[in-house]
Amino acid sequence: MNGASPAASASSAAGAPPATGAQPPAVEVRGASKIFNLGRHNEVKALADIDLLIDQGDFVTLIGPSGCGKSTLLRLIAALVAPSDGTVAVNGKAADAARLDRDYSMVFQRAGLFEWRNVTRNIELPLELMGWKAADRRRRSAEMLELVKLTEFARHHPAELSGGMQQRIAIARAMSFHPQLLLMDEPFGALDEMTREHMQNELLRIWSETQITVVFVTHSIAEAVFLSTKVAVMSPRPGRIAAVIDNDLGPRTDATRDDPAFFANVTAVRDALRGGHRR
Amino acid sequence: MTAARALLHSWLPPVVAAVVILGGWEVLLAVIRPDGFVLPPPSDIGGAAIENFDAIVGATGVTGFIIVTGLIAGVVVGAAFAVLVTAFRAANETLTPLAVAVNAVPIIALAPIFNAWFGLLSPRSNQAVVVVLVFFPIFINTARGLTQVEPSQVELMESYGAGRWRIMREVRIPNAMPFFFTALKLATSLAVIAAIVAEYFGGRQDALGNLITNSAGLTRYNDAWAAVLAGSLVGIGLYALAVLIERLVMPWYFVARRSA
Amino acid sequence: MKSESGPPVEAMIDSVSPASNAEVDDPIVFEQILRQQASREQRRDRMRRTARQVVVLAVFVCLLGLAYSLYKVVGTSIDDAQSSWPVIGSILPESDDLKMPPLPDIISGIFDEPRGTNEPFWLIVGKEAAFTLREAAVGFAIGVVVGLSIAIVLTTSGRLERALVPHVIASQTIPLIAIAPIIVIWGRKSFDFLPFEWQDWMSVSIIATYLTFFPVTINGLRGLQSPRPENLELMDSYAARWIQTLWRLRLPASLPYLFAAFKIAATASVVGAIVGEISAGVKGGLGRRVLLEAQRYTTGPERLYVAVLGAAALGIFVFAAISSIEYALVGRKGRQTVT
Repeated sequence: MNGASPAASASSAAGAPPATGAQPPAVEVRGASKIFNLGRHNEVKALADIDLLIDQGDFVTLIGPSGCGKSTLLRLIAALVAPSDGTVAVNGKAADAARLDRDYSMVFQRAGLFEWRNVTRNIELPLELMGWKAADRRRRSAEMLELVKLTEFARHHPAELSGGMQQRIAIARAMSFHPQLLLMDEPFGALDEMTREHMQNELLRIWSETQITVVFVTHSIAEAVFLSTKVAVMSPRPGRIAAVIDNDLGPRTDATRDDPAFFANVTAVRDALRGGHRR
Repeated sequence: MTAARALLHSWLPPVVAAVVILGGWEVLLAVIRPDGFVLPPPSDIGGAAIENFDAIVGATGVTGFIIVTGLIAGVVVGAAFAVLVTAFRAANETLTPLAVAVNAVPIIALAPIFNAWFGLLSPRSNQAVVVVLVFFPIFINTARGLTQVEPSQVELMESYGAGRWRIMREVRIPNAMPFFFTALKLATSLAVIAAIVAEYFGGRQDALGNLITNSAGLTRYNDAWAAVLAGSLVGIGLYALAVLIERLVMPWYFVARRSA
Repeated sequence: MKSESGPPVEAMIDSVSPASNAEVDDPIVFEQILRQQASREQRRDRMRRTARQVVVLAVFVCLLGLAYSLYKVVGTSIDDAQSSWPVIGSILPESDDLKMPPLPDIISGIFDEPRGTNEPFWLIVGKEAAFTLREAAVGFAIGVVVGLSIAIVLTTSGRLERALVPHVIASQTIPLIAIAPIIVIWGRKSFDFLPFEWQDWMSVSIIATYLTFFPVTINGLRGLQSPRPENLELMDSYAARWIQTLWRLRLPASLPYLFAAFKIAATASVVGAIVGEISAGVKGGLGRRVLLEAQRYTTGPERLYVAVLGAAALGIFVFAAISSIEYALVGRKGRQTVT
C-alpha cells in the first residue's frame, strides 16, 4: 500500500460534505516521515509516508499497537517534533506557526497539573502565558470549571484530587483559551474502566458544546469507536496509516456501547489492526 | 567505537572546561597583575608545589592518614548504626529525626573539646572530629534508603515467611545502596575539610592544616595554595575511589539508569 | 475565537451523561470526598510527629547529660585500664574534672558572669551568636543567589552541565576555610568600589558563601530538571518563552529540592562562619569565642563547653528556621518534600 491512498480515503470516506469552502482543513499532513537519531547507531524510523487530512469539527482517533508512532504523529501536528520529511499544516498554516498562534491545545496521559497551583490557577496557566488580564482570566476559568462541572473544587490543589478529576482539570486548562484544535495523547489511559467511560461521555459533551476539532490517540479499540467520527488505524515499524475507517454512529449514549453498529465498527477496526500487524 | 565515543562524550567537556578555567585564570592574572598575590596564577602554585614537594607530601601523609582512618570508622559506624536502628520501627522513628536535628550542629566546633579529651597533640582528637562529621550524613542517608522501600517488596518477602533480618538483607540493604553512596561521596569532601580545620585547634604540628596556616601567616601564599591543592587532591582521589566502588558494587543500578 | 452559537446538540448532551446532571451522583466527585478525609488525617499525623520530635530532642539532651555524668563516674577506672593497653593506647577520653568538667559546673557556667564583665555568660555568647548569625545569613543569601544562578545556567545546555558539574564538585574539596586569613586580606584590598566600608566579617561571609552555593547548585540542578517531559511539552505547546517556562514551571518544581539544599546550606553557612572567624581571627563572633575559651581552657573549662553548646544551638536554630519556612511554603497543599 502506498502512502497516498489512506489520505485519499480519509477525505473521500468522510461522508459528510467537507467544511465550508473558506475554512482550511484543521490538520493536513503530506508525505511526512520521522527518523529519530538520524545517522547515529540508534537510528529509529518512527513514521513513514504519513498523509492525513482532518476536517474542522472532526473527532479523529489515532489507534495502533505500541511503537506505531501514533504519539509521534500527534507531536508532529503539535510541532513539538519536526518531521524529517514532508509537511504538516494546521488550519492552513505551517504547524510551528500554528503553535505560536496557539491554534491548538494538548492533553497528555498524565494530567500534568502544576501541583503548586490550585485548580483555578492551573486552568489559567495558558492565559497567563498569553498575557491575559487577571479579571479576564478569572472569568474564563470560572466558565471552564462550569464546563467540566468542577466549580466547587476551584481552590483545591491537584494532590487533593483523584486521577479522573485531575484529567478533567487538564481538559479545562486545554480548552481555556478556546483553541480550535484539541490534541489528546491517551488522556484516559491511566484511568480505571468506570472512570474512563464517564470521562468519555464528558469529553463528547464538551466536544459537541464547543465544536472543537479533536485528534485523540488511544490504544483502546472500544474507546476509539465510541468517541470518534473517524478512526485512523496505524501499523508499526515504521509507523504508517493503514486505514481510515469512517465511524458514523450518530449521537452517543450509553446504549451506543451495546449497539450492533458499534460492534461492527469495533470489528472493522480490529481487522484493520490485524492487517497492519501482518504486514 | 561507541565506547570510545561515550568516553569522549562524558570526559571531553570537563577537560575542556578545566583547560579554559585554568588558562583564563593564568592569562587574566598576567594581564591585570593584581598586587598582593592573594590568588596566585596556577603556574606559581605549581612551582611552589614542586619546590616544597617533600614537606607537602609528608604533611599530606599525616593528614591523609587521619582523613582515611576517620572516614572508614565514621562510615562503618554510621552504616551499621543505620541498619540496627531501621530494623526496629520505633527506634527508627525516634532516632532518625533526632540525628537530622543533631546534624545541624557545627561539629567542627567540637574540635577543642575533643582536644581536651584526647590530648592537644594527639591525632586522635582530629580523627574524632572526622568520625563524628562523617557519621551523621552516612547514618541519615542510609537509614532513609533502608526505610524508603517499595512496600510491595516487603510484603512479598513477608508472604514467603522471611524474617526481619532476611528482609533487611534482601530488600532494604540493596535499596539503600544508592543512598549510601550518595552520602559516601559527600563524606569524602567533608572528611578532608574536617581534618584540615580540626588541625587548626591541635594535633600533630607537621600536618597539612598547620602547613597551610603557617604559610598563610608568613604571607607565603603560593605555598599555602600548594598545600590546599594537596588537600583537594586527597579529596578528589577519595571521591573517585567512592565512585569506583559504587560502580563495582551496584552495576545493576547504572544499567537500569542507562536504559531508562 | 470560537463561535459560541452551538448546533442543536442539547439532546445529545442529555443523553450522553445522565450521571453528571446531579453532582452527588458523579462517581469521580464521590471518590474525592474519601480522598480529602485521608489527606486531613495525614496533616494531623504530621503535627503529632513534630510535637514528638521536640520532646525526643529534649529527652536526648537530658540523656546526653546523664551519659556524660555516668561516664565521669566510671571514667577513672577506664583511664586506669587503658593506661596498661600496650599498643592501642587510650581510645576513650580521659575524664578528670579538667578534661570533662562536671555537669553542674557547665550549667552554672551558663549563668555565671565571667571575670571582668557584668553580664551573664549566656548573654555574651548569645550576642556573639547573633554576630555569627549575621555573617552566616549574608553568606547564605549570596550563596543561594550564586548557587541558583549557576544551576539555571547549567540547565540551559547538557554539554555545559557535563563540563562544569565535575568542577563544582571538585570545588568543595578545596578547604577554603583553611585559607580564611588570605580571604580576609584579599577582602580588605579588593572591595574599595563598594558604597560601604568593607569589614572583615564580610570576608567570613564569603567563606560561608563558598560552602553554601554547592548544595544549592547540585539540588537546584536536580530540581530544575525535575519537571516531567509532558509538563515541558505542555509549555512548548503553549509556545511559552524560556523565561516563562523557568519562572512558572522549573523554579516552582524545584522548590522541594531547593529547600532540602537550603537546610544543608544553612547549616554549612554557620560552619563556614564559625570556622572562618577562627581561622581568620575575626573578632566578635562565636567562633572567636570558642577559640578564646580553648586557649584559656585551664582557667575555666566549662566556658568552652557553654560556647560550643551555643554553636550547637545556633546550628539547630537555623535548621529549624529553614524547616519552618519550608513547611509554610511547600509542606502544606499536599506537596511532597524531597530529602
